[in-house]
Amino acid sequence: MSSVLETRGLTMRFGGVTAVDTVDFNLQRKELRCLIGPNGAGKSTFFKCLTGQLKPSDGQVFIDGAETTGWDPHQVARLGVGIKTQVPSVMDGLSVRENIWLAANRTHGREQARHRAADAIERLDLGTIANSEVGRLSHGERQRVELGIVIAGEPWLILLDEPAAGMTAEEVDRMADIIVDLNREAAIIIVEHDMQFIRSIARKVTVFSQGRILMEDDVDAVMQDQQVRDVYLGKKA
Amino acid sequence: MVGGEFRKTLAVIVVAFVAMLIGPSLIDSYTLTVLIIYGMLALSLGLIWGYGGILCFGQAVFFGLGAYSYAIAATNIGESTVPFLLGIAIPFAFAFLLGAMMFYGRLSDVYLGVITLVVTLIFYKFVNSTAGPEYVIGNARLGGFNGIPGFQTLNVPGDPGAYIYDIDFYYFCGVALLVVYALVRWLLASPFGRVAVAIRENEQRVELMGYDVRFRKTVLFAVGGAIAGLSGTLFASWAEIVTPGMFSLAQSAEIIIWCIVGGLGTLVGPVVGAMALAYLKFLLGQQSLVDTTLVFGLILVLSVLFLPRGVVPTLGLLGRKRRGGGSSRRRAGRGRSGRGRRAMQEDAAKEGADV
Amino acid sequence: MDLAVVVIIQIVYSVALLVLISSGLAIVFGMMRVINLAHGEFMMVGGYATIVSVNAGLNVYFAMLVVAPLVVGILGLIVERLVIRHLYGRLVDTMLATWGLSLLLIGLATLIFGNTTTGISPPIEGFPIGDYQVNGYNLFLIVMTVLIVGAVYAVLSGTRLGLIARGTMQRSDMADALGYNPDKVYMVTFFAGSALTGLAGGLLSPLVGIVPTAGAQFIAKAFITVISGGASVIAGLLSSATLFGLVSQAFTFLVDSMVGEIALLVAAVVLLRLLPQGITGRFFKGGL
Repeated sequence: MSSVLETRGLTMRFGGVTAVDTVDFNLQRKELRCLIGPNGAGKSTFFKCLTGQLKPSDGQVFIDGAETTGWDPHQVARLGVGIKTQVPSVMDGLSVRENIWLAANRTHGREQARHRAADAIERLDLGTIANSEVGRLSHGERQRVELGIVIAGEPWLILLDEPAAGMTAEEVDRMADIIVDLNREAAIIIVEHDMQFIRSIARKVTVFSQGRILMEDDVDAVMQDQQVRDVYLGKKA
Repeated sequence: MVGGEFRKTLAVIVVAFVAMLIGPSLIDSYTLTVLIIYGMLALSLGLIWGYGGILCFGQAVFFGLGAYSYAIAATNIGESTVPFLLGIAIPFAFAFLLGAMMFYGRLSDVYLGVITLVVTLIFYKFVNSTAGPEYVIGNARLGGFNGIPGFQTLNVPGDPGAYIYDIDFYYFCGVALLVVYALVRWLLASPFGRVAVAIRENEQRVELMGYDVRFRKTVLFAVGGAIAGLSGTLFASWAEIVTPGMFSLAQSAEIIIWCIVGGLGTLVGPVVGAMALAYLKFLLGQQSLVDTTLVFGLILVLSVLFLPRGVVPTLGLLGRKRRGGGSSRRRAGRGRSGRGRRAMQEDAAKEGADV
Repeated sequence: MDLAVVVIIQIVYSVALLVLISSGLAIVFGMMRVINLAHGEFMMVGGYATIVSVNAGLNVYFAMLVVAPLVVGILGLIVERLVIRHLYGRLVDTMLATWGLSLLLIGLATLIFGNTTTGISPPIEGFPIGDYQVNGYNLFLIVMTVLIVGAVYAVLSGTRLGLIARGTMQRSDMADALGYNPDKVYMVTFFAGSALTGLAGGLLSPLVGIVPTAGAQFIAKAFITVISGGASVIAGLLSSATLFGLVSQAFTFLVDSMVGEIALLVAAVVLLRLLPQGITGRFFKGGL
């Protein structure tokens, strides 16, 4: 079985609003998949149901063949899933090195974790700011620190929520390179708005609209689809 | 980095040890003993609040529970070793259960405050109402508002006749505080401690790393409970009586004031704060011109408004500035909820984020 | 039959009492997200204001209904300007500062009035129902509580002032942009909440002996009633007060009043564990 992540009929309701509506989704090993869609399409809610930050109202989630529906985030993470949230979620009062070391220390001893952290710091080019307090860094740097935390956990499945948001063009390019590099070892799901960014990394794209999957295809096909354009421009599909 | 921490801890212990030897020549050792005991009590809250970000309005519960456990066990057993251990173990177990109930329910700051405050009241009311002869555990009558007097105080293990009292008890408490301090330092330097601090900084991130945040907070809370229990046990031996007042809200408030004034995010701060303020209270108690409660209330209000970091960290900061270190303005913005302003803004941003 | 009437009156009374002691806190918390831990001491000040006025020869109703709210309202204004204003948005710091304030007020009251209990006698006589004696003043308190809740509801839902207040609490930036000064709205709201607290203190002064530490018996109950109620000011207050009033009266009736008190506290802990957002956070979202 090569599917590493699967949802069956996944549904999330908030009061009267159905944010995610019976979504069937499938991700292959080492695949790189982008989730796109207009604001309020349900991408982030879907994402949070995968990570355990939300408990779905209905349906099932399977990660690597095991049902993880309703698990807590730390249980999902322990399967080897790396998660990056929409707003950079880092420990502001600690140094970059400590942030990343903590992630590696969950599975490795003190010294081993130090090596892993050093590797991640080098890989993300964080060396010059490794001993700075994260709270003092720029937004783009904090985004990279969070990615470093994700990498240090050595995940085989990575979930990224808007990794390029609020970054400069140069930083976005660098992020794209890093993601492509990561994809050599891990399957990746990216929730993203920036079409330019998606073009530079993606092969297959899933389009969300009103809580459902509107279409799922190759990136170029999706871009040319009239229905997708309508959704993005706000016309009724 | 770790070496520096170690040297600092060693320096603190050496200075404190010397101070302990000199102390009795300045203030009588009976008063000094209770200052040390209060210092330990403050340390317990300083650990869970300052490093774990857990604001407990009911630290007095564990203090009282330790004292009552010791008193009841000592009355029944008559030798102090087992009661002494129970005085630590029972508050630890109770804190563990209470913590598990709160943290597995994912209760946040304010609700934690309410529940710990309410639990304090439950103990206070219950113990106060146990004056009747039907409230008895073994040979020990709970005694309601009169408390429990006349139990065996601390003795040399195995020899109930050899009491540890007066100056010996003073040194015993002093060394106990130093040992607890060293152990807490060690705990904070360990991976467990690093993760605890990380949880204070960003609970969600630590959870996404795969750590079980609920369990870790529960353990930290229980360790705080055990330390408070130890200080209660020592207090029982010092006062030779335990009363429901140990469970009171006023007692809880005092512990919080010690920590705030001394400074959160350090261990020395709360200890020094407790000793200084408890001594101030002792001095105020000897005159009748100014009401003690009034002074403490004023101190609390003023420190919240004007001393966001507490005395010890502020002094440390001034020292660092004089040596030309960078300004720590941003860190000063961190409120007592233990989280940066930036984190709060991001919470607000998250609420408005795309579903 | 007589017993049933008396028991029902007793239950309604205990619910009303919880509402009465919590309403000022509920307004301040519900509208401003500020927890005033000096709430009990505000009531204590209201009690002293009433007793001092009555001893000075004022009419007891005038003292309870006018003097007490005014005195405590002004006290609230001063506190808001000097302390609370600097701590908006910092919930924990506000709790700590107002806890300090409560100690400060206890100290001041001890300095002025000494550590002795004072009181006035209830202005309404009791009357019998069958074999049982019913306290007439308790009925008066029930009526007053109903009037207070009605008035608060009317002001919040029916007047321009209430609308501005609710708007500011939800989006202070928008209210600011529309020309309403949030600073002023917070000030007025805190004044109103404090005045209501003073009124409660005044109304209760004939029932409980007032000592400087009298506030402590109210704050915990008010605090848990408000927090357990959740986000909606009135619905939350009424639902949690009803629940806690029933629980404490049931246990008081079955065992004794001490167990009743403890049962109330235990119920609060259990409730908050099960519904961390409070009752209305779960069931009546977005209402008043």
